[in-house]
Amino acid sequence: MADSGLLESVLRLVEKVDGGVDSQDVAGGLSVDHQVVVGAVKSLQALGEVIEATQRSSKHWEVTGEGNEILEQGSHEARVFKAIPEEGLPQSELMKLPSGKVGFSKAMSNKWIRLDKGHEGGPRVFRTVDSIEDAVREKLQQVKKGQSSQLEEKEKNELKKRKLLTEVTVKSYWITKGSNFSTTITKQETELTPEMIASGSWREKKFKPYNFEAMGVAPDSGHLHPLMKVRTQFRQIFLEMGFTEMPTNNFIESSFWNFDSLFQPQQHPARDQHDTFFLSDPALAHEFPPDYLERVKKVHSEGGFGSQGYKYDWKIEEAQKNILRTHTTAVSARMLYKLAQQEKFTPVKYFSIDRVFRNETLDATHLAEFHQIEGVVADYGLTLGDLMGVLHQFFTKLGLKKWVEVGNSGVFRPEMLLPMGLPEEVSVIAWGLSLERPTMIKYGINNIRELVGHKVNLQMVYDSPVCRLDS
Amino acid sequence: MPTVGVKRDLLFQALGRTYTDEEFDELCFEFGLELDEITSEKDIISREQGDQKAEGASDVILYKIDVPANRYDLLCLEGLVRGLQVFKEKMEAPRYRRVSPVNGDPQRLIITEDTAGVRPHAVAAVLRNITFTPERYESFIELQEKLHQNVCRKRTLVAIGTHDLDTVSGPFTYTAKAPNDIRFRPLNQSQEYTATQLMSLYKTDSHLRHYLHIIEDEPLYPVIYDSNGIVLSMPPIINGDHSKISVNTKNVFIECTATDLTKAKIVLDMVVTMFSEYCRLMLFLVLSSLSLSLSLSLSLSLSLSLSLSLSLRESAESIAQLLTRMCLRSEVAGDDGQIQVEIPPTRSDVIHACDIMEDAAMAYGFNNITRTTPRTYTVANQLPLNKLTELLRMDLAAAGFTEALTFALCSQEDIADKLGKNISETRAVHISNPKTAEFQVARTTLLSGLLKTVAANRKMPLPLKLFEISDVVLKDETTDVGARNNRRLCAVYYNKTPGFEVIHGLLDRVMQLLEVRPGRKHGYYIQAAEDSTFFPGRCAEIFSHGESVGRLGVLHPDVISGFELTMPCSALEINIEHFL
Repeated sequence: MADSGLLESVLRLVEKVDGGVDSQDVAGGLSVDHQVVVGAVKSLQALGEVIEATQRSSKHWEVTGEGNEILEQGSHEARVFKAIPEEGLPQSELMKLPSGKVGFSKAMSNKWIRLDKGHEGGPRVFRTVDSIEDAVREKLQQVKKGQSSQLEEKEKNELKKRKLLTEVTVKSYWITKGSNFSTTITKQETELTPEMIASGSWREKKFKPYNFEAMGVAPDSGHLHPLMKVRTQFRQIFLEMGFTEMPTNNFIESSFWNFDSLFQPQQHPARDQHDTFFLSDPALAHEFPPDYLERVKKVHSEGGFGSQGYKYDWKIEEAQKNILRTHTTAVSARMLYKLAQQEKFTPVKYFSIDRVFRNETLDATHLAEFHQIEGVVADYGLTLGDLMGVLHQFFTKLGLKKWVEVGNSGVFRPEMLLPMGLPEEVSVIAWGLSLERPTMIKYGINNIRELVGHKVNLQMVYDSPVCRLDS
Repeated sequence: MPTVGVKRDLLFQALGRTYTDEEFDELCFEFGLELDEITSEKDIISREQGDQKAEGASDVILYKIDVPANRYDLLCLEGLVRGLQVFKEKMEAPRYRRVSPVNGDPQRLIITEDTAGVRPHAVAAVLRNITFTPERYESFIELQEKLHQNVCRKRTLVAIGTHDLDTVSGPFTYTAKAPNDIRFRPLNQSQEYTATQLMSLYKTDSHLRHYLHIIEDEPLYPVIYDSNGIVLSMPPIINGDHSKISVNTKNVFIECTATDLTKAKIVLDMVVTMFSEYCRLMLFLVLSSLSLSLSLSLSLSLSLSLSLSLSLRESAESIAQLLTRMCLRSEVAGDDGQIQVEIPPTRSDVIHACDIMEDAAMAYGFNNITRTTPRTYTVANQLPLNKLTELLRMDLAAAGFTEALTFALCSQEDIADKLGKNISETRAVHISNPKTAEFQVARTTLLSGLLKTVAANRKMPLPLKLFEISDVVLKDETTDVGARNNRRLCAVYYNKTPGFEVIHGLLDRVMQLLEVRPGRKHGYYIQAAEDSTFFPGRCAEIFSHGESVGRLGVLHPDVISGFELTMPCSALEINIEHFL
């Protein structure tokens, strides 16, 4: 901070003028360098509303070093003129003078001198007039006195071209009184201290204003992954709707539970090597509920339960093949089978959100693994209207106002439910969608690799907002 | 879901009116289809091969329509038009019937027992007095290709052969012979080949080579002869040139050979019913094998109560009318609301009353169904393991660690070599058909995923503090599938200093959260351990209630460079199922 003596001198100057004062004039008035005054202005600004200062720039003309030399010794042409005696001077000698070259041509064009080329002993220069007026020097003197405005632009530019004058831009401040104007300076405190609170001295202190334009210091914190935040919200929605969470912590599944139990025929393309990851170790599952397995085999190969069946040669070897589950519906099937083994059927609402795996071609929206969200309701006499009603409630909570294709829904087939042993009058409605797709829609992410996997940018995780699905 | 491409103008001509794209899209939606794309051959070629190649290609507008996977009757223009016209009540749902030839006996296809080992089933039919046009002919060929790709499972289940009946004479024989004993001139070739020669000839054929594997290693190959010993086809590979059909063919002999008889009948029914509209009379027969196909139009009765389960507030009469519009001729039978439904051979997808209900709901319009709320009363429960996971995640973030989300599948290298382990000691499950090394195994540790995350974020300011709570997969013979998931908590600290104390502090915090106190017997403690993943002397095993639950330590420099990292790193991984 500039010393307070200077600051107060500035303030006293500002007090005297009504409309304000330019910092350059202040510098002149106080006989200090302008930069010192600028420093003082900045210090005063930091004190709050003591003064107001607006920056402005002004241009003025200054005499250059060469110009100052002319002010002392006269212009080059005048100096040439003076150097020539009555009887003239050989041109070669004249040219040896410091101002010789420039002065000679200027004095010639002013017609102050003439050159006798044919003079015996070489060319010789003579005066042609008795006295001269050194206009260049006079003009520079005017500029020096601060009267540059009296010169015409053309004249100033001429002198600028001769590098005798230069135009300078000066940044200065226009200083006026602020709302808290005072001619005395009180030192401002930066922060409140325990001592000030204890002594009460804060009451007399002035505090340096904060810069509210600046950003704060980022807290040292951990962060949750955005997709997992969305998962938390989906769990919350299901729980709010009374759905119980299924145990989906079994990525490895047998083809039996993943496909056959769902009445998916063994030649179905989804069971192809191109779509499903099969295991080489452990390659086969070895334990199935035997009666249920027989009923599943029968409904596929012969029909029954009101169905024609697919009428093909159902093979246990296909059902045994272990895979990475392609949907969590495999778990729903296990849960519904378990439900059917209860002595008395009780209605259930189940949900799960967990990983599933597909051996498919990868692109901007498809990975080999993703999270499936699934909801299942089993009860007597459920209808399509019920399915649509539940879906509506679910998607309303999701805040998806526009219906976009994000998943599938339906009523499980009797060929799936009846072999499990569920009562005939029981219907099971279900729907599923991926966790990634609504998340990408919600956050405007186009490439799934920016959201999931080890290649994600942690900055994205650091910066991600809280997840409120319904707003 | 298969996509069918039809020429727009031909479609509109057949439908007897034009539609705007939006109107047609709407119609598709009502009928359970999806207008996927509006394009042209030129557009397709230019998109796939560049503008230059597309020059001169047809710019006739094509509609690409997505058809449900089991609706084989909508795979060609003829079927689509029929379905839509009946749906819009512009025509009645057709009834198909088998007709015997006016003069002479029906044709016969004799199946010999030699086929049993390679391709045991065959069915056949004749379309008589058919009139092809270039468009109809093209559609006929395309339908066969669509069927081959879909229901026929790339000819493995069923292969279709079509022949000009007037160039051959029955009865026909479907048999199987040794490859060297089969000799004929195949379609579009100028000379005869033995079957063995053909197999090597087609090795380089961009289309046919995909089917060779179906019979390649069999001792006998399937073959169909006419009564004069002319080869009609060698299914499922190629037809003979002698009997090939053209746009001028009048009588078409169609044979379907199969490993799945049900599918063979479906396929034959489709070809015959779709193109019977171009015949003066349709003649159909299957002989010798015990199968009969077309006559199999089953009837099902439905009770009105099913309409309640659909939430359709409709009378039995109007439900019958809705079904009829879906080509399922229906009428009310009796006073108790029973509906008698006739299933045509085109609707092989209808195998249960629920399929009929679905059609009724579709015709009614899903969006016209009144939404209701099920009265199912249930109390929600969280899975305890997931509940614990959710709670721990929050507190780990509160402890200053950032959550990563990494893949459950990875390479063997990630979980073994790069961590200084041998793959055989990992208990990993192995994938038999990975397309790339990234999907060789399911992870047995969360550590490699976190280290890969660090590697991808080396530009971020240090320290990096990451965690993940998720499942790994381990072989376990006590489960039905021989493997089980295990829920793990893993954390890493990556900085210019190893920061063992930071990771150790995190362990203490986690134990505090889990209400486990430090202590030997009833609490937790750590004890020096040897582990090739960690720097010697900088690894400890974690015990809780006397049971080992995981490890922590400073990673081995080889592990650090293995994951393309440059700074020291400490890590912690524990099994949280122990704390349930």
